[in-house]
Amino acid sequence: MSHTYRYILGSHTYQFKDLAELMAKATPQRSGDRLAGVIAQSAEERAVAQLTLADVTLKTFLNEALVPYEEDEVTRLIMDEHDSAAFAPIAHLTVGDFRNWLLSDYATSEVLAQMRQGITPEMAAAVSKIMRNQDLILVAKKCHVSSAFRNTIGLPGHLSTRLQPNHPTDDVNGIAASILDGLLYGNGDAVIGINPATDNVAQAIKLMHLMNDVIQKYAIPTQSCVLTHVTNTIECIEAGAPVDLVFQSIGGTEATNSSFGFNLATLAEAQDAAQSLKRGTVGNNLMYFETGQGSSLSANAHHGLDQQTCEVRAYAVARKFNPLLVNTVVGFIGPEYLFDGKEITRAGLEDHFCGKLLGLPMGCDVCYTNHAEADQNDMDNLLTLLGVAGCAFVMGIPGSDDIMLNYQTTSFHDALYVRRVLGSRPAPEFEDWLHKMEIMGSGGKHVLSDAIPGPFARSLKSVGGGLR
Amino acid sequence: MKKSTSKTSELIGSPKQKSHQENGKVVENPWSTLRSYTDARIGLGRAGISLPTSEMLGFQLAHAQARDAVNLPLDIETLREKLSTFSAGRDSQPARAAQTEPAKCCTPCPPIALHSQAYDRMTYLQRPDLGRKLNDASRNSLHRYMAEQGGEAELKHDLAIVIADGLSSLAVQQNAVPFIQNLVTLLQDDPQPWNLAPFTLVEQGRVAIGDDVGELLNAQVVLVLIGERPGLSSPDSLGLYLTWQPKTGLNDASRNCISNIRPAGLVYEEAARRALFLLREARRLKLSGVNLKDRTQDGVIENRAQNKNFLLSDE
Repeated sequence: MSHTYRYILGSHTYQFKDLAELMAKATPQRSGDRLAGVIAQSAEERAVAQLTLADVTLKTFLNEALVPYEEDEVTRLIMDEHDSAAFAPIAHLTVGDFRNWLLSDYATSEVLAQMRQGITPEMAAAVSKIMRNQDLILVAKKCHVSSAFRNTIGLPGHLSTRLQPNHPTDDVNGIAASILDGLLYGNGDAVIGINPATDNVAQAIKLMHLMNDVIQKYAIPTQSCVLTHVTNTIECIEAGAPVDLVFQSIGGTEATNSSFGFNLATLAEAQDAAQSLKRGTVGNNLMYFETGQGSSLSANAHHGLDQQTCEVRAYAVARKFNPLLVNTVVGFIGPEYLFDGKEITRAGLEDHFCGKLLGLPMGCDVCYTNHAEADQNDMDNLLTLLGVAGCAFVMGIPGSDDIMLNYQTTSFHDALYVRRVLGSRPAPEFEDWLHKMEIMGSGGKHVLSDAIPGPFARSLKSVGGGLR
Repeated sequence: MKKSTSKTSELIGSPKQKSHQENGKVVENPWSTLRSYTDARIGLGRAGISLPTSEMLGFQLAHAQARDAVNLPLDIETLREKLSTFSAGRDSQPARAAQTEPAKCCTPCPPIALHSQAYDRMTYLQRPDLGRKLNDASRNSLHRYMAEQGGEAELKHDLAIVIADGLSSLAVQQNAVPFIQNLVTLLQDDPQPWNLAPFTLVEQGRVAIGDDVGELLNAQVVLVLIGERPGLSSPDSLGLYLTWQPKTGLNDASRNCISNIRPAGLVYEEAARRALFLLREARRLKLSGVNLKDRTQDGVIENRAQNKNFLLSDE
């Protein structure tokens, strides 16, 4: 069904051999598309591609699969579960019209929510490519998506954090020290989530118990997760471990996911197993997915697509399983995919917008590596922009420094900064707990207490002597 | 930038603690004592809800050091000189490595310097594909070596050790030679001998370049020592990748990795012990990668004391 797209500019006729090429060349500049050889050859070609893409009808994306239907279960998922009734009100629009429609006063939060299942990842990706950063922020802010397990994530005016207490040898006291630090800085409502240094079932079970014991002892309305492979988590559940959330890194093509060692059936099996434990108290969203532009190319599984389109296709996978959290780990992959602070910022805003538009509780690991052209100021900017856009959650880590994964992400302090400047609050159930424990004053002023709450002080006292 | 943990335990949890410093209204965190358990930047204190000046500037210094580690070029000459102490070649001048015992001769000639197809750092950072391939001059050097040394017979090696700058030349500069000293000692004591290829030093190299080198040197196993992505608290992490029967085009599924080799991480002796285990197993099983398991850590989890931490104790 593919055909050539043409655009005449003065005496020059630009040609794009198919929809995939048009999408790729319309994408704002980034190093990963250059690496893949799909990037526009000039700034003018990119601008022309955007003009051409704006004239493509949304229906085209239902007729022209970017990855063949027969070869790819993600394409089949997108096509088979498309809701044509929800799509009907926008079925006549072009990509350019769709941008206008999204920005219009007609597209209220309620209307956008009714629309979700009619929008495919490719439509979201296409319109994002012709939106400016302020457009991505404005529309994302209108998309309200919330999810719940032991607390409620993503309510308007709220910003949650994943407390990430990683330790290079999974030392239990080292992990506990970072958990304490985070809790006393009001972090950890999205999840307390550990990337294990030793990635096997025995270790995962040990860490699950550690977090479960802490959550129970202090009656913290939050959930835990060990970010291990989905098949490991299934084994943990079979072994009787206290599994709250099921984690998996996902990509936007079947080949990417198969390189990650799972398929859609694996995710369904894990979701069923975890739901059978009935550990949620206010909701039953229990999948935690991570994504990031560049993963398909890195797995050599991108089918000639640009990295942002692949990324948004991963959201179709996420959407299928009603996740509690979806986290785009935007700057982790390195400068060969997102070169500098500018590219990371753009990608973070795109991912957040596309995820929200499709109905995902979208958070962002606002981060960079030391070989990228980025620094803390770039992270401050992106964090602030995402806060304004209504991002569901960000990471919280001691002093921005992940000593296990060797990259920098947002700190406990950073979360308090963005809450304070924007007036956003933690998940309501968690906020109540912060007040009750006298960690933070009530009234949403984000004032931390100077004293250590009694129960934590007692635990600290137990090690205080040993530290002398 | 680890801060000293000088707070006294009396301060912990004391309601009467005087938490505001004399200058600047910084609130200190008494739990900073817990830094004895972790290098994580916990208990930093706060000015309002923000980082105190000293911590903020300390972070910037650490980031500057990590950035420098990425951009600092590998000092090939110094490394080559140090590694020459391992070679039997006539023209090698054993360097005066006074602090360590003199190495036994184990490689046939001094190290060979090579370069990837990524001609500079900017290209290297944006084109990982070029960092995985040797440039033509380097391929010719290896061909020439094989022809000169082998003559009529086909020259074979049991093991080729490739040293590549990767993302941290600092890691390589500081840790490659002491690690190799440890490993070579173990290899020389191994009942089944290891016939080593000359060391190769690769500039602007990524892990997979070891496949090119190993194949051209006709090596049964290749070990790549490479500077890892520098962390803020660990700009000097050295990584080790082992591949059985290296061949251009292999992927990560056929490699084994030992990470974080540095004095403050996985120490040389232990890293060398694990590397030897993997080398022997690779030779025994004739494979590497996902089916070659590092069993040196088995039992550690089971043997560890109770899963108790201070948050779960009550006085």
